[in-house]
Amino acid sequence: MASRRSFMGFTLGAAAAVGGVFTLVGMKKTWDPLPSVKAAGFTTVDLSPLADGELRTVEWRKKPIFILKKSSDMEQSNTDIIAGDARYTVVIGLCTHLGCIPAYHSADKEFVCACHGGKFNVSGKNMSGPPPKPLEIPPFSIDGTKLVLGEIGKEYEEIMKNVGKA
Amino acid sequence: MAHFEKSNGIVDWLDQRLAIKKFMQVMMTQYWIPKKINFLWAMGVILLTMFAILFITGLLLVMYYKPDVALAFDSVNKTIMQEVEYGWLWRHMHGVAASVVFLVMYIHLLTGIYYGSYKKGREIIWISGMVLFVLFSAEAFSGYMLPWGQMSYWAAMVITNLFGGIPFIGPELVEWIRGDYAVGDATLNRFFMLHVCLLPIVVIAFVAIHFYALRFPHVNNEIAEEIDFDLEAEKYLAGKKKEAKVISFWPDFLCKDIFYVCLFMIFYFYLVCFHYDFAMDPINFEPANALKTPPHIYPEWYFLWSYEILRGFSYEVGLACFGIAQVIFFVLPFLDRSNVVAPAHKRGAFFVWFWLLVIDMIVLTIYGKLPPVGINNTIATIASVTFLALLIVVLPVITLMERKAK
Ligand code: FES
Repeated sequence: MASRRSFMGFTLGAAAAVGGVFTLVGMKKTWDPLPSVKAAGFTTVDLSPLADGELRTVEWRKKPIFILKKSSDMEQSNTDIIAGDARYTVVIGLCTHLGCIPAYHSADKEFVCACHGGKFNVSGKNMSGPPPKPLEIPPFSIDGTKLVLGEIGKEYEEIMKNVGKA
Repeated sequence: MAHFEKSNGIVDWLDQRLAIKKFMQVMMTQYWIPKKINFLWAMGVILLTMFAILFITGLLLVMYYKPDVALAFDSVNKTIMQEVEYGWLWRHMHGVAASVVFLVMYIHLLTGIYYGSYKKGREIIWISGMVLFVLFSAEAFSGYMLPWGQMSYWAAMVITNLFGGIPFIGPELVEWIRGDYAVGDATLNRFFMLHVCLLPIVVIAFVAIHFYALRFPHVNNEIAEEIDFDLEAEKYLAGKKKEAKVISFWPDFLCKDIFYVCLFMIFYFYLVCFHYDFAMDPINFEPANALKTPPHIYPEWYFLWSYEILRGFSYEVGLACFGIAQVIFFVLPFLDRSNVVAPAHKRGAFFVWFWLLVIDMIVLTIYGKLPPVGINNTIATIASVTFLALLIVVLPVITLMERKAK
């Protein structure tokens, strides 16, 4: 009798555990970004109209992306994106500290985050203040003078190998 | 089936089915309160009143509020503020109550520390109270997001980004919490769900636990005297009300509490009527803009002290210290190693420690609002280190010495 009871208890517990796990997986997925959100994750930008030293901000996945065409007097970095014969800094315009948007000061050639005083240079490298790492580089691929954000191209993979070694 | 008599009235009818007489005794007429307590003990009932106001005004607001990034801002600032009759009043009452509830909570909390009400026997009251504090913080934060102004948006951005600091799973976790690559519609809707459904239910549950926990060790008193409640209650019931050290919650004690609630209401409605803007940041009257950060981001006043601890250090250390500051008060009963239950002014070193803590938290609050430049950063770091040192190092040492001295 006792063993039959405990067998029932055991079965009930096991069934509940399996059901619980499936429920949790389902709930986790409900919180995931929707397919429509994921599908809208690509943005194409034409780089050719940019002037030397000009900063353009585009929106990608609701985040600002800084595209800076480097002029010859700016520091070159192995994280630069080369398209055609020009070098660009392409970074996600959110401070790596807590996610504020740094402003570009063209006179000093730096990005300044007003929130807690973080500073980044023209290549997006963190120079001072609380930000712990350089501005992030979004996944991209290059198609002539067009930049496709959200697609992982070989240029991106190339640059990611340099990150950290900079 | 149980046996029911023919009832002699509505009360009796209910009593046979719900035991309401017994219930009233336990909850009101034979719930014993020490006589020697001052106005600081009225904070609990004031909090309960504030919670009721928040709940009712919230119901009225939610009838017109629209949790949609395209509609939220206007539904609050146009529909509720200008079209709905008395909508402005409910909104200001809701906003001001959300802010002053923290003032009262801080007083409640510091009273508990001052009189040692978190100690032996009362740990669960203290811990459930701290859980309530955290729940209220989450409730306040999720509500702050709903009008979808600039500060709402960027506060959400910063707070959700904090989770990115968690090792390994950080960035994915942030995306998962937001339901989007950045704070967006999905984020707004899930915070709406938290604010109007899940968190209020949990808050109510913990209020019940907090009250229930109070019934066993009973409430502390001004001189931290250990009272034999059964004995004193006997005296009271025998009619020796003067001699007894306790009185009943209802009707004796509550009149005093209600008096303080009335005083508080004067202050509260003064704010609602004349200074409602103190709980409303002007930046939040600008609609959310994902591509422009306000120049200086700061939380509401009641989070400034812990925000300042976050800012006081470099990124990772700040995040860790911020995490510690959130939970450190939970373990207060275990950091205080002395078993003396006495008001702080009878405990020498502890008294000094208490006021240092209060001053330090005020300094953190003030500097949390100032922009993080120059000397401010130094002060932030010093005050943050002091805060952590006071709780983690100084308190255990002081109380250990107290224990030795006995
Ligand atoms: S968010 Fe940029 S410095 Fe803090």
